[in-house]
Amino acid sequence: MKLENESLIVPEQRPGVSRRRFFTVAGVGILAASAIASCKKDDSPVVTDQSIDLGSGDVGILNYAYALEQLEAAFYTKVAASFYSGASSAEMDRLKEIRDHEIAHREFFKNALGSKAIPALEVDFSSIDFTSRTSVLATAKAFEDLGVSAYNGAGKLIVSADYLLLAGKIVSVEARHAAYIRDIISNGSFADSSAVDANGLDMAKMPNDVLAVAGTYLKSKITAKNLPTS
Amino acid sequence: MNFGNILNEIEQADPEVFERTSQRRDIFKSFGAKVAVAVLPFALGSLFKKAYGKNTDAITDVLNYALTLEYLEAEFYNKALASAGLIPSGAPNGAISTIAAHENAHVAFLKTAISGAGGTVVAKPTFDFTAGGAFPSVFSDYATFLAVAQTFEDTGVRAYKGQAGNLITSNEVLTAALQIHSVEARHASHIRQMRKANGFGDVKPWITGKDSGIGSAVQASYNGEEVTNQAGVEIVGINGQVISANAATEAFDEPLSKDAVLAIVKPFIVP
Repeated sequence: MKLENESLIVPEQRPGVSRRRFFTVAGVGILAASAIASCKKDDSPVVTDQSIDLGSGDVGILNYAYALEQLEAAFYTKVAASFYSGASSAEMDRLKEIRDHEIAHREFFKNALGSKAIPALEVDFSSIDFTSRTSVLATAKAFEDLGVSAYNGAGKLIVSADYLLLAGKIVSVEARHAAYIRDIISNGSFADSSAVDANGLDMAKMPNDVLAVAGTYLKSKITAKNLPTS
Repeated sequence: MNFGNILNEIEQADPEVFERTSQRRDIFKSFGAKVAVAVLPFALGSLFKKAYGKNTDAITDVLNYALTLEYLEAEFYNKALASAGLIPSGAPNGAISTIAAHENAHVAFLKTAISGAGGTVVAKPTFDFTAGGAFPSVFSDYATFLAVAQTFEDTGVRAYKGQAGNLITSNEVLTAALQIHSVEARHASHIRQMRKANGFGDVKPWITGKDSGIGSAVQASYNGEEVTNQAGVEIVGINGQVISANAATEAFDEPLSKDAVLAIVKPFIVP
């Protein structure tokens, strides 16, 4: 078997290969972009007329993250293309930076997934009034909090330590965004009780719960039926 | 980062850890998702114990390491709030009180989780928040206090991130650690906004390059944040998009090893 085929296959799908061997083979934290693209065929997302399936295993989770980043990037791109009235210059600067971060996340997943990537999603932002600061920031807050809870919930579904670390590198940036957006809506709400519970823990949501919310902003239909559940 | 080494270390502590994982997953499956928030630390500990029996060293080590950092943060904010005239009343006091409450909750949560797992809770060290005189006015000068706060929060984010791989064998512990990790990032974002608003440092809610906006005394907490390549993918200008080097570094937060973090906090701990 070729090394690139072996390196990213999820251990559960290879009964003969122990988890330790998987990590040894996967080795250090360098993953070539092409590596993910060489996973087994049954990881692949399936596109039908009705819906886009995210796929299974770690590839499915990466596509799930890719879908959310597509949504966020499309949203901030539209926000920054024509700002609502009443935005300060600092606020516009920060929102443009957030746009760039989300585009960086989206393009990273696209390249990392290669041929396993789901297609570009069609968004539906008809419920958002982009001329209204209140509407835009409320949506931004919802997206950022949702993103944090999605990555927090998906961590345990990831098998590869490399991907887990990458998710960790992104989720704390989403949390920084969430806190900033919350503060410019209402200063001091960066981590209030609507975001953080009595144990001092942020939210963690499973893919189906996240996609139920995200789906209201998407024309494309996504299914997560093949994603890992534990 | 060498994940091979980390996993080898876990395996040395628990040679059967990877074989045990699938069985452990069944335990969690039967346990279901009906864990009330208030009982989670106990549940965490006892499930953890079931999975690992007496051999909980690798993961309780991580939790005790996290607890040490939370002790540091909790006492830091508790002392700051008790220092008359340090934190302006109103929004600043409200924000620091919110953060303090979370850090104290993290201490309680981790202690309960460690004992529940049959582990020994590490004792709280004696702290010196002047770091041996490096920050003599930490509890009398607002700018110094916020500079140390920013450093603790940004370091905390990096510390938890650096341990994620060590917790991959335990779904429940990993999830809880991630849930603390993003709260620390929310704190960091707000403290950085407070510093900016007060003119104490030209910082954004996110980390640009390896700039601390503080000075060389805290540089070790920011070194490594300047990378623009993620898993072999160059982020600057990716796929023809206008992504600057600054944006590329801001978009991804970087981990720190336990050794690096312990070296950073060492001056704050009385030997």
